[in-house]
Amino acid sequence: MSELLRVENLTKSYGRQRGCTDVSFELWPGEVLAIVGESGSGKTTLLNCCAGRLAPTGGSVVYETRHKGLIDIHGMSEPERRFLMRTDWAFVHQNPRDGLRMNVSAGANVGERLMAVGARNYGNIRNAALDWLSRTEVDPDRIDDLPTTFSGGMQQRLQIARNLVSGPRLVFMDEPTGGLDVSVQARLLDMLRDLVDRLGLSAVVVTHDLAVARMLSTRLMVMQQGRVVETGLTDRVLDDPQHAYTQLLVSSVLQP
Amino acid sequence: MNEPRLDADGEMLCLNGVTKTFNLHNQGERTIPVVTGVNLKLNAGECMALMGSSGSGKSTLIRMIYGNYGCAAGEILIREEDGSWTDLAQADPREVIRLRRHRLGYVSQFLRVIPRVATIDVVSEPMRLAGASDSESRNRAAELLTRLNLPEALWDLSPTTFSGGEQQRVNIARGFVHPYPALLLDEPTASLDKVNRQVVLDLILEARDRGAAILGIFHDHEAREAVCNRFLDVEEFKAAA
Repeated sequence: MSELLRVENLTKSYGRQRGCTDVSFELWPGEVLAIVGESGSGKTTLLNCCAGRLAPTGGSVVYETRHKGLIDIHGMSEPERRFLMRTDWAFVHQNPRDGLRMNVSAGANVGERLMAVGARNYGNIRNAALDWLSRTEVDPDRIDDLPTTFSGGMQQRLQIARNLVSGPRLVFMDEPTGGLDVSVQARLLDMLRDLVDRLGLSAVVVTHDLAVARMLSTRLMVMQQGRVVETGLTDRVLDDPQHAYTQLLVSSVLQP
Repeated sequence: MNEPRLDADGEMLCLNGVTKTFNLHNQGERTIPVVTGVNLKLNAGECMALMGSSGSGKSTLIRMIYGNYGCAAGEILIREEDGSWTDLAQADPREVIRLRRHRLGYVSQFLRVIPRVATIDVVSEPMRLAGASDSESRNRAAELLTRLNLPEALWDLSPTTFSGGEQQRVNIARGFVHPYPALLLDEPTASLDKVNRQVVLDLILEARDRGAAILGIFHDHEAREAVCNRFLDVEEFKAAA
């Protein structure tokens, strides 16, 4: 086993404003890394730089491609990077409306990703869409409906179906359960964990919810003011936090 | 069970000078010493009881061995399948996860699960993660749940709504589903009735007989006497406050 993604000294500044500073980590196949921290700590900036959606100011993001070995994704041409993003990678947005096309049917949303990687047979595409709708617990009878007619939780599951149908190896998630009811969150978490487990996916998950991090990830990175202040095994960081900021974060959670 | 029997004289777990302090940065930089200089050696086929009053650091020690708490000083050595030793106090997260999957089991006092996952899946998961097939893991899980008298009608329900005693039995089944060579038990018989307590004691004795090295906390005196053949007073290592 070796690394799938290697991030080295990644820095992103917006003018004089620092987004994230000097972040390094490695992700191996099958690993789920969670990034936690309060809003403004730089976790979404970091995720966007890692996922090739934002050009960093410094440092590198190296990915183990299927055919060409390790490649710095920010050194790729734009078409190459776009191809990678819609084949090997997936990005699940906090707001499903940012990851879905709201004016085409649920089935088309899922099928579009397959067509982007060359699928042309209508019957096969529709069957794959039906399969993924049921795997993400969206009623297959709704395949021809527009996502605008779906609830928030259904939209989020549809976004996940759209992302996973093309068989990605690496999934980036930005607050995947944010904005959902607690009961819907539990269902989504269970589904995500099962999918990651069974498909052997690697994932980087940004969340401000420590319980989500505990359930989904094996490793945890804590960010404060754009820097990583603590990193390690998820349960150890949460149960025996060392840094003052992590201790504050963990002790501030209300126990239901 | 046809598990290969481990070398009965083989050392399985070895702690040298293990020390733990908690540093509370947000509460006036208080430092709370827990244990200092813990030494112990545990062989395959032994079951050792950690003794000491509440707050003496028994659970802390178990959590350190499981990698759930960091270690301020000392070594926590666990024997690998090939006979070599790995220091859990220094191991990186990937090594800790590997050891937890294959070598080191832990039955905690509380069950922590994702809502919605069926009991049978909660119980079979560790065996599946250790490499067994779905059906093999489910069969073994069913066998344990049956022995622990958990009605079959509950198996496809999530244990989150179960009673304390039922949750504890799910937790025990989960801890015993894979034949770990080393096993950590934190009050495995608490909140169980007499019948189920005896089932758990039998499971511990069977694990000991197949050569597992077991380290546990048992507040229940009779349970401790029934399964333990070694005793360690953690008060000996009490850190000076």
